[in-house]
Amino acid sequence: MLLEIRRLTKRFGGVEAVADVDLSAESGSVLSLIGPNGAGKTTLVNCIAGQFLADGGVVGFRGEDITRLPPHERAKRGIARTFQGVRLFKGLSVLDNVLIGRHSRTRSDVVARIIPFGRADGAGDRDKAGELLHLVDLDSRHSELAGELSYGEQRRLEIARALAAEPSLLLLDEPAAGLNAAESARLRELVRALAGAGLAIVLIEHDVRLVMGVSERIAVLNFGRKIAEGTPREVQADPGVREAYLGVEDEAV
Amino acid sequence: MEAVGEFLRAYSTLFGGIGISCLLALSIWVTLYAGQLTLGNAAFMGVAAYTAALLTLKAQWPFPVALLAGAAAATALSLPLGLIVFRLRGVYLAIATLAFGEMVRIVILALPITGRGQGLNGIPPKTSVAAVAYVLARVRVSTLGRAWAAIREDELAAAANGIAVRRYTLAAFVIGAAVASWAGGLSAHQNFSIDPGQFGFSTAVQILVMAVVGGIPNVLGPLLGAALLTALPELLRFLREYRDIFQGAILILVIAYLPRGLITLFDLARTRRLMRIGQADVA
Repeated sequence: MLLEIRRLTKRFGGVEAVADVDLSAESGSVLSLIGPNGAGKTTLVNCIAGQFLADGGVVGFRGEDITRLPPHERAKRGIARTFQGVRLFKGLSVLDNVLIGRHSRTRSDVVARIIPFGRADGAGDRDKAGELLHLVDLDSRHSELAGELSYGEQRRLEIARALAAEPSLLLLDEPAAGLNAAESARLRELVRALAGAGLAIVLIEHDVRLVMGVSERIAVLNFGRKIAEGTPREVQADPGVREAYLGVEDEAV
Repeated sequence: MEAVGEFLRAYSTLFGGIGISCLLALSIWVTLYAGQLTLGNAAFMGVAAYTAALLTLKAQWPFPVALLAGAAAATALSLPLGLIVFRLRGVYLAIATLAFGEMVRIVILALPITGRGQGLNGIPPKTSVAAVAYVLARVRVSTLGRAWAAIREDELAAAANGIAVRRYTLAAFVIGAAVASWAGGLSAHQNFSIDPGQFGFSTAVQILVMAVVGGIPNVLGPLLGAALLTALPELLRFLREYRDIFQGAILILVIAYLPRGLITLFDLARTRRLMRIGQADVA
């Protein structure tokens, strides 16, 4: 397993936002996290990527315990993410955003830049960034400011930026929020293609059709606890899941 | 030719002053470009000035060596200070560095040796300005400068993209301190005398104003701001009495009408684009 989470707990004051969650993700497959608002999905992703430090439990990545590592160290080890509200470097160009995403794979060129006529060769990185911008259909937009893009384009740019570091685990926090049907369909293709290329993907998403269509496995969170996990079919049939979503008790019980 | 030489001699102090102002404005540019507001550069300047002056006066060190030693001492001081204060953000960071400046001033006041630096005709500051400006301009377009820009735009996202935020902001702080220290060492030998008041609160703010009026988007901004705010009150004698008012007026006008600084007068299209997406207050 690429990512192995054991008994992960995160508290805010007296509230357990994430409680005793076990979870694992493997390369080449999509794991979706679903659950009502406030179920702890984003908190869990923050604990994986390092924005939050867990209060209990272990986050293992490639067999290494990364529970206490700061976010940039996790990024260096191959964990990339997007944010629920999109967090681009808005005042910088589209291309710069992707180049910054590649920071942990880029060698420092400070000295080469300072030496007069020194050779600072960023061509390889720019080529790679160009490929990624092509992948997310932002070919002709390299020199625009990230903040000038439409919402859907910003979401795609954020994915390109995350991929620039050549991660092995990609965490997507509600990537389809605010997208139209066509964009959402395109996103589904992209996620499948990335998983096909060997990435492990953890996806938080409310769009049920997208989740059912794209995931190998689905984990359901409610009040910080994992209440179900399985294939899309298994999860759909789970009475506990229906209860959490609909807020009514099953009549048969 | 003779007239030019005459002019240069007559205004050599002014040119020296502009050179030092330029260095100081560049010193705070580094941290501002990385999105960090620190106000400790006047203090680093003071530590370097006193060290260099004392080494020349009491130990008879030659000027270049004393200058280097002073700058090195002040820069070395910036590292432990940076490690402590870069736990802080925004206004708190500014106040902590300002407090450090006051401490330096008081320590200088309390020490038995109050330096009186003797004048020396050493390296003209203009040369240093060109070198420092060149290096910083190149750093700006390097991976380091790109990381600073990312931190300025969004620290959390920068960290998630593999940038060690603390390390990079600390680097900006130390580099800025080094430039300020260099300026301090030069100023001690140029002004013939130094006193703690030169490195206090008003200088700390003055350095910030020069950089902000000129503009942060590139290194030409601080140079322009420093040259303008240093030269104008000297050249227009009648303004000398009203230096502070004049400066305040320029600051208000620039912030209101050219939020990215005077240097962006030639780059208004970009300012408009940045304003539309609400990012014009940064760079």
